[in-house]
Amino acid sequence: MPAVQETIDQVRLIDVDQYKYGFETEVEMEKAPKGLSEDVIRFISAKKGEPEWMLQWRLDAYKRWLTMKEPTWARVSYDKIDYNDIYYYAAPKNNPAPKSLDEVDPEILKTYEKLGIPLREQEILAGVEPRNRVAVDAVFDSVSVATTFKEELKKAGVIFMPISEAIREYPDLVRQYLGSVVPVTDNYFATLNSAVFTDGSFVYVPPGVRCPMELSTYFRINEKNTGQFERTLIIADKGSYVSYLEGCTAPKRDENQLHAAVVELIALDDAEIKYSTVQNWYPGDAEGRGGIYNFVTKRGDCRGKNSVITWTQVETGSAITWKYPSCILRGDNSRGEFYSIAVSNGMQQVDSGTKMIHLGKNTTSRIISKGIAAGRSENTYRGLVSAHRKATGARNFTNCDSLLIGNQCGAHTVPYIESKNASAVFEHEATTSKISEDQMFYCQQRGLSEEEATALIVNGFVKDVLQQLPMEFAVEAQKLISISLEGSVG
Amino acid sequence: MAEVTLMKTPAETGLAQAFEGAKALLPGNAESRAQAFEQFNLRGLPHRRVEEFKYTDLRSLMREAAPFAAKPSGEEARAALANAKALAGVSALQVPFVNGHFVRDAVRFESLPEGVEVVPLAEALASGHDWLAHLSPIPWASDNPVYQLNTSFMADGVMLRITGPVETPVHLRFVTSSASAVATATRVLVLVEDGASVTLLESHESSNGAGHQPNDVVEIIAGDETDVRHIRMNVEGDQALALSTLAVKMGTEARLTSVNLVAGAAVSRHQVFGLFNGENAKAQINGATMIKGRQHADSTLVVEHGAPHCESRELFKTVIDDEATGVFQGKIIVPHHAQKTDGRMMSAAILLAEGGAMNNKPELEIFADDVQCAHGATCGQLDEDLLFYLMARGLPKKEAESLLVQAFLGEAVEFVDNEPVREALVAAIEEWLRTRS
Amino acid sequence: MLEIKNLVVQIEDKRILNGLDLTVNNGEVAAIMGPNGSGKSTLSYVIAGKEDYEVLDGEILLDGQNLLEMEPDQRAAAGVFLAFQYPLEIPGVASMTFLKAAMNAQRKARGDAELTMPDFIKRVNAAATQLEIPKDMLKRALNVGFSGGEKKRMEILQMALLQPTFCILDETDSGLDIDALRIVSEGVNALRSPDRSFLVITHYQRLLNHIVPDTVHVMSAGRIVKSGGKELALELEANGYADYRESEAA
Repeated sequence: MPAVQETIDQVRLIDVDQYKYGFETEVEMEKAPKGLSEDVIRFISAKKGEPEWMLQWRLDAYKRWLTMKEPTWARVSYDKIDYNDIYYYAAPKNNPAPKSLDEVDPEILKTYEKLGIPLREQEILAGVEPRNRVAVDAVFDSVSVATTFKEELKKAGVIFMPISEAIREYPDLVRQYLGSVVPVTDNYFATLNSAVFTDGSFVYVPPGVRCPMELSTYFRINEKNTGQFERTLIIADKGSYVSYLEGCTAPKRDENQLHAAVVELIALDDAEIKYSTVQNWYPGDAEGRGGIYNFVTKRGDCRGKNSVITWTQVETGSAITWKYPSCILRGDNSRGEFYSIAVSNGMQQVDSGTKMIHLGKNTTSRIISKGIAAGRSENTYRGLVSAHRKATGARNFTNCDSLLIGNQCGAHTVPYIESKNASAVFEHEATTSKISEDQMFYCQQRGLSEEEATALIVNGFVKDVLQQLPMEFAVEAQKLISISLEGSVG
Repeated sequence: MAEVTLMKTPAETGLAQAFEGAKALLPGNAESRAQAFEQFNLRGLPHRRVEEFKYTDLRSLMREAAPFAAKPSGEEARAALANAKALAGVSALQVPFVNGHFVRDAVRFESLPEGVEVVPLAEALASGHDWLAHLSPIPWASDNPVYQLNTSFMADGVMLRITGPVETPVHLRFVTSSASAVATATRVLVLVEDGASVTLLESHESSNGAGHQPNDVVEIIAGDETDVRHIRMNVEGDQALALSTLAVKMGTEARLTSVNLVAGAAVSRHQVFGLFNGENAKAQINGATMIKGRQHADSTLVVEHGAPHCESRELFKTVIDDEATGVFQGKIIVPHHAQKTDGRMMSAAILLAEGGAMNNKPELEIFADDVQCAHGATCGQLDEDLLFYLMARGLPKKEAESLLVQAFLGEAVEFVDNEPVREALVAAIEEWLRTRS
Repeated sequence: MLEIKNLVVQIEDKRILNGLDLTVNNGEVAAIMGPNGSGKSTLSYVIAGKEDYEVLDGEILLDGQNLLEMEPDQRAAAGVFLAFQYPLEIPGVASMTFLKAAMNAQRKARGDAELTMPDFIKRVNAAATQLEIPKDMLKRALNVGFSGGEKKRMEILQMALLQPTFCILDETDSGLDIDALRIVSEGVNALRSPDRSFLVITHYQRLLNHIVPDTVHVMSAGRIVKSGGKELALELEANGYADYRESEAA
């Protein structure tokens, strides 16, 4: 409940310039030569001390990528990206792979402090209930700079580490699962990522283990002209459970920066993965200058029977968002869920949604999407629900609602619903509306300002989705939504 | 163009040859035909990577281009019409077409109902009739390849003008009768003047066993305060590939009800393009599709709310038996200025057997903030509880299913207020249910 | 004290109020009665500051402050409370959340400190008990799925919590059964005080049996056409509005 008040305070505190994570950190960086080539890929692979198979995997991806075309079907438009004008690797020069927090550049530690991300375990421990603890993997441009609670997690059998470390330490596990959900050839951006990915998190939860704390990765793009290509791989073995959160921010810059990540989730029999994102990359300025191109492939494979994968996303940042966290419901009785809030303001463009592919028997899925468009933004929900021949008893419920604030923006809904099984039952509903003038007047009559009233009504609109987030994140997300809508009324 | 040019399919080659051969013989402005065909030919037959044809890949569904039908002799036309059954019991002004050609003799021009004017299209095209200026009332329809083909090849049709309230329904009867497969391209233009009202019936039937390829376009320009009831029935032959387009432009306070019943053709695609051009207009656009065997039926709908304060309701029901495939694509577009738009679209499908498939794509494209728009889509089986209830009351399973299917499709058909027409549609549904395996 | 002088209001080129004068003194309960379409609801919306209404002439002063220059939320902070004829539903926003947001917004506007959580809950509980509002209703989204009676009780609850100085009850009796009417009226009567005045808008005399007015005004064609004591309401009940409709025509 206090969250609403906080939201309102937050909104009030912010002036014209609402992006508060836009600062830059001064650290000396080591970079690969600009542009993309086999040499750059070899450079990255060597920096990471990768085995030969990994290098080969990357090079194969690169060759494939050269033959591919950038997708154009999404409802977004942007100037052609010059892939040779990007740095594909940038890491802090002093000690790119610190052994402990003491070795991390103090400037970087300050950065995370400013962002409110706790990296010191003792600080997190102080006064916090053990069950509310969060382990963090902090990725700064191309490398992971710190991962907390690794030892404690190890005791429980949970592997949580940067993926570059996992490739060295658990090559068999990585090799078994990497690319098994999002194949190297999946799509233009995923293939590019396969060639040049630099870091990201790796999680393995062994059979029967309930991960003792929330895991999280905090992505920060800092360096100019760099792309961030992270790769996350999460495996929940039989009967295990893990909840994972990711957050993202970047400095304010006039040029666009590319973020092309791949996230793969694998849930084996009776396992459950909850994956939550609060995406707050720099959205660009009011005129649409700068901002992150967030072209991300996220897919979960409910490989085992009775497995569950839940995606929850709060998307407020990025100049362009192209993102469809999906579930392949392969195991019988498996379940996929997608809860999304996508807020666009200014000149932002969002094309996001999900795919629920029902392959197994009695698989169920649920999609709740709330799109809020303001300013001169474009906000599109694009989703696919499909039942294959053998998906007897498949069920889907989809609800996607859009809210328009102002008449310069657009809200679009593009669902594809394909059933090849007579016993599959799919239900889809979508609405588009605005905040009613009567509701606004009612709130104002009770003393709320126009801005407060908007924040309150929007919070109500997205409540179903916010409830899916872990408590701390829900509060954070609520603030973020109000901030993103700053300046959209009046 | 960056897009790689694909090899021409036999059908595309056939169409190009047909156009070369026919263009000098077809009536009217050769240039606009040539332009339409060029636009079509540039992209060829639409395939699954063309978003609007994602679920109806004409490039693979249309193996070869059937030759365009010659004008039937008077006797052939009479014989074909004598066998025509669709909506036979409904008393209406008959405006018949056989093999794509208007049967002039069947219309008693001297005693047309008051408020109805009929102009044969072939003659009008040849003589450059004034009303031709009203063709193609919806600009963006010209981008549609099916529409382009019709514009390229249209050989005949009629232009109707409705000048007042007309009681007698006007029945546009399309019959294809030929032992071998033929193609037709018919165009009908209906000008409904301000304040006028009319019931337009369309029936489409053809002989079984031949892969006829009708491509019909009906265009309605409904003026201010008009009321148009449009009922269409597709009972094409079992091998037909039937393409059709209904384009409607509506004026201020116009009312439109359109109900399309689909039972026939191996492959059908019915496109409805609606444009609200004046305020406070209302449209109810429905479809009732029942398919079986390996039939493929596509209903594609685009409604643009080009004016504020308009209301659109779309209700599409699809029943799929055996290994048939149903497609519904619907899009409501609300531009910036169309405030207070109220649009609701619903597509519901029932799969009666294993092996069938339904593809639903209901879209909203909204740029105005003060609107209420919604769409819904469902897909599933008949309600098990209801089936059980009916069977517990003694109905055999088949009968119970029939009853529920009738009720399901009936919701889309009940908007037809002309009782004999509604009864004919209900009879068609019953007939379909009787012949279910 | 509320003073309305020569108020002329139109909506979409249609005159609704035609030079309306009205004064409601502190502590006074004034009833406004009149036939449908006489402009009663318009008056309440114009006082509260709803958009869409164009004020062509006149002024509305609350304790000397010009309300017409203020936004709706500023008017609320100044003490205006409108109990809506049709309270709005706000999906996803719990009633408690809404109450707290509204109370604190007004306190802030007046320069008061925010309520502490225990203080807030204490106040809500006390008021809810009096209005026979069950706790679970407060947890539900505001007015969503509430019955007509529940919505009206929620309005009065807000009135009790926000402590306004000038309350407008717009057809508060509509849609209420006799028990709900009693509860709502008792709630209102409990709030009567020398420094709070009420404007009770109603079509029927029934409500005035429960909330007894000090003055009764008859409205017709956008004007007050007759004023008197509470006996005027009974007279109207007996004779109907016919006389006043004729005066319109005249």
